[in-house]
Order: sequence, then structure tokens, then C-alpha cells
Amino acid sequence: MTGSNRLSIVAAVLVWLARAGPVWARGPRGPGPADWIGIELEAVMFYLLGGLAAVCAVGCVLSSRVVRMALFLFGALGAVAGLYLLLHANFLAAIQLIVYAGGTLVVIIFGIMLSSASAAARYRARPAEKAAGAAVGLLLLAGLVTAVGRIDWSEGIAAAPSAPTVDGLGRALLTTYLVPFELSSVLLLAVMIGAAWLAGSGRK
Amino acid sequence: MGSITLMHYLVLGALLFCCGLLTMVVKRNAVGILIGVELVLNAANVNLVAFGRYRGAGIDGQAAALFVIVLAAAEAAVAIAIFMNFYRHLTTVDVDRGDLLRG
Repeated sequence: MTGSNRLSIVAAVLVWLARAGPVWARGPRGPGPADWIGIELEAVMFYLLGGLAAVCAVGCVLSSRVVRMALFLFGALGAVAGLYLLLHANFLAAIQLIVYAGGTLVVIIFGIMLSSASAAARYRARPAEKAAGAAVGLLLLAGLVTAVGRIDWSEGIAAAPSAPTVDGLGRALLTTYLVPFELSSVLLLAVMIGAAWLAGSGRK
Repeated sequence: MGSITLMHYLVLGALLFCCGLLTMVVKRNAVGILIGVELVLNAANVNLVAFGRYRGAGIDGQAAALFVIVLAAAEAAVAIAIFMNFYRHLTTVDVDRGDLLRG
């Protein structure tokens, strides 16, 4: 079984999950034992997926081999796709896996393979750089978390959309967001031509 | 464990953002820096979708996140093409070696 085969199976399973919607969102609304279980399940899933994303992100920072970094990025992308499912963004979760994990990550891995001919090239940062980076990163994280924690976010929770969001998203893309949508298609064309030219221009 | 609020997602987004920023700052491999950029974009996306869900903004958060994903894919393609050129000239992707324009 090849890697792309496996990826497509995973994508198919996730698209099915996205169509079916989160299991805990189908129960009866209103306070009751089912709702309580739903809340607990949501919390468990959030901590699982969020923990996976956090661990993978920290692994990205700490690992010195770029292939491992790509693997950690894959874990973080998958966990974020799961978080999109928790946030009822079913279509976005599928797109995250197809475009990000299936497209962008493959491009990154191609880049790694094509740029590591000098055997076992390791790019180590100097200790002073590492210390400065860690200090800045931790300071920024502390600042952001305290800023977020100062505000009471508990009120104004939106009602769960009952239907999958593909319908609304497609409608919005062709009405409200028509101009950015068309612009992004032009951008993709320009990127396609530009990347092909850039990658081939140095060849003698 | 209590219910999950917007704050949980914002804290997770902040963590992802800081990890991505740190990756960009600390790594010297150009592809590693690109991976850091992707982490930062994902952190922004988590925030966008979470705000869209918990602040009742309808589909807007998800639409913005969709555009971010498109831009990330485009940016990765161009970045890898530039790295290929970089590698062809210098036989490395160490960004500290890319100082040919130094005055």
C-alpha cells in the first residue's frame, strides 16, 4: 500500500466524518444528561487534539532535522483539522487535510528531498540565538496568554449550525467574497507560472 | 473538565503562533523557516474559525480561513521554487549563506 493510497483513505474517512457531523451535535438540545455528556466529550476531544497540536508544534521548534519537523507539522495540521471538526467547520477540516496535508506538505517534503544532497546536512543554530529566541518566544506567549485571560469570553456562544457548512460557504464565496475569490484564482495562476519559471530559470 | 470556551482556542492559537515564530527565528534551514510560517498561518486559522463559531459571525471566519489556506499553498509553492534556485547557486539552503547582496 503506497503512501498516497493511505492518505486518500484517511481523507475519505475524514470527508465521511465531515458529512456525518460531530456525533455529539446530533443529540437533543437543552440541558440534560445527553448534553452533559456532549460537553464532556467536547472537552476531552479538545484537550486531546489541542495537546497533540501543541506537542507537535513544540517538536517543530526543538527538532534539528528538517524531515522530523515536516512530520511534526503533519501532526499539527491533522490535529488542527480535528479542531475544525470540533468547531463545526466540517468543510474546512476536509480542505485542511486535502490542501495542507496533501498538497503543501508534499511540496515541503519535495523541497527537503531536493535540497539535502550534501549528506546529512544539519543546520544548527548558535546557542546565543537559541537563548534569545526562547526568551522572546516565552515572553510573547506569556503576554498573549495573559492578554487573552483578562477578558471574559464565556458569554455569547453561537448556536450550532445544524447543516454542514458547505452550502453557506459556497454561497458566500460566490456573493460576498466574489472579488477575493476571483483574485485568488488569478493569484494561483500567477504562482503556477512564476514557480515553474523560477524553478527552471537557473538550468543551463 | 467544564465546557470549552473561546479562550481555550485562543490560548492554543497563541501557543501555535509562538512555536511558529520561534521556528522561524531559530532555524537556519530555509525549509524549516517555511514550516514555521505554516505553523503561524495555522494559528491564525484556528483563531479565525474559533471567533466565527463563538461570536456568531456566520460563515465569515471560515471563508477567511479558506483564503488563508489558499494563500499558504501559493506561498509554499513560490518559496520552494526560490529555495531550489538558492540551492542551485550555493549548494545549501542555509539562510545565513544568502548574503550575496551584502554591500
